[in-house]
Amino acid sequence: MTETTDAALGPVTIVETPISLDFSYTPGVAASRFLRSLQQGKLVGQRCPKCQKVYMPPRGACSMCGVATDEEVELSGKGTVTTFCVTRIPSPGLEAPYVSAWILLDGADITSMFLIQEVDPADVRLGMRVEPVWVDDSDRKSDLGNIKYYRPIDEPDAEYDTYKAYV
Amino acid sequence: MRGFQRPVAIVASASFETPAEPARNEVEMLLPVIQKAMGEAGLTQQDVGFTVSGSSDYLQGFPFAFVGALDAVGAWPPIRESHLEMDGAFALAEAIAVLQHDNIDTALVYAFARPSRGELDRTLALQLDPYTVAPLNPDARGLAGLQAQAMRDSGRYADVPDVPPTYVADGATAVVLAVGDRARELTATPAWITGIDHRIEAPALGVRDLTTSVSAKRAAEHAGAAGADAAWLHTPYPHQELLLREALGLGDRPVHCAAGPMMVGGLERFAAAARAVAAGEVTKALAHATSGPCLQQNVVGVLEGGK
Repeated sequence: MTETTDAALGPVTIVETPISLDFSYTPGVAASRFLRSLQQGKLVGQRCPKCQKVYMPPRGACSMCGVATDEEVELSGKGTVTTFCVTRIPSPGLEAPYVSAWILLDGADITSMFLIQEVDPADVRLGMRVEPVWVDDSDRKSDLGNIKYYRPIDEPDAEYDTYKAYV
Repeated sequence: MRGFQRPVAIVASASFETPAEPARNEVEMLLPVIQKAMGEAGLTQQDVGFTVSGSSDYLQGFPFAFVGALDAVGAWPPIRESHLEMDGAFALAEAIAVLQHDNIDTALVYAFARPSRGELDRTLALQLDPYTVAPLNPDARGLAGLQAQAMRDSGRYADVPDVPPTYVADGATAVVLAVGDRARELTATPAWITGIDHRIEAPALGVRDLTTSVSAKRAAEHAGAAGADAAWLHTPYPHQELLLREALGLGDRPVHCAAGPMMVGGLERFAAAARAVAAGEVTKALAHATSGPCLQQNVVGVLEGGK
């Protein structure tokens, strides 16, 4: 019997160790209320009792003040584009070019990311006013997929000063 | 470490534990615990010089939960902050080292976990050697069973108990530390940490003597734990009380053992020892915490009352 030496085999460079763990994740009280409200076609944020900032989605706490946020604030869903990106290579489920944007929802104090459609990417701009396009009522679930995308609305662009802190 | 240039005391603490937290997320569970401890100390986050935590995202299966947990702190304007993937008691040891800087007088130490969200026994397998041990998926209870059997086989221990299912609980503990006169300002009953030391053993179980704890013994020596009236021991499994009693030379002195939530239970032992010292129930307490399989890593602190 011949023995193969380590030198002939060379170093082991890859070890495959497949491991999986199962978790039953729960999003928390604030996020659960937010997800339930999405199912009803509503966007509900929470206001910090200390600094008055409105979080959307709500996190149950103000990350700047470290206090619980209890007061719920229903938002119209309309918002202002504060930053955007035109992607010119396709992604799974998305044809290029497509536009993703940080949108400051009216009444909220943090921006949320959504797609922008029904507009030529060349026409998307900072300050553009937009509204959500929801899936059909019968298709609504308790997740953000309920909002298919945002689209422009026929309103004058927002003044720069109203969103400059988010650019 | 002992004989600190700047003496450090536990001035406040708060804890929460439940078999399984069904509704609240980590931040929602942690926030009231931190607020209670801070309120007891009469501090706000901006008064705190250093914040440090112990947790593991693997336990709840939520990436960057340790960063998200800062929502419960209020990290604005930006704060000095650190995190350990270990029991919060090791974070407390880090805080004591940081408090030796002469411009930092107070620290917040917290730990949190929601292991009820996953399978703790299997999750803990991932802390083992990733090439030769973790792929075998040995559950934590099984490894503890090896230790208990090694203790029986050694003949040194009478009546080594069976190893029950791994203790699973969700919870959080927060501890506020302060230095010298600042501690005396914040409470009439500071629990002074007069020594603390942590030691670690080899990760490979086969090279360790599982029937004793050289690391706990050495940590206790360096912390100056000899002569403690009572001990608060972090024992994820009951047989470890016997082992630690022997390794730490506790004889028949009173010991208060608990497992507590993973990553939280050790810090909670320090908090419990501090409460007993503050209440005048003991004058010199030994507090212990462990992380890793079969007591691999150990931290021992000594807490004493007085002005």
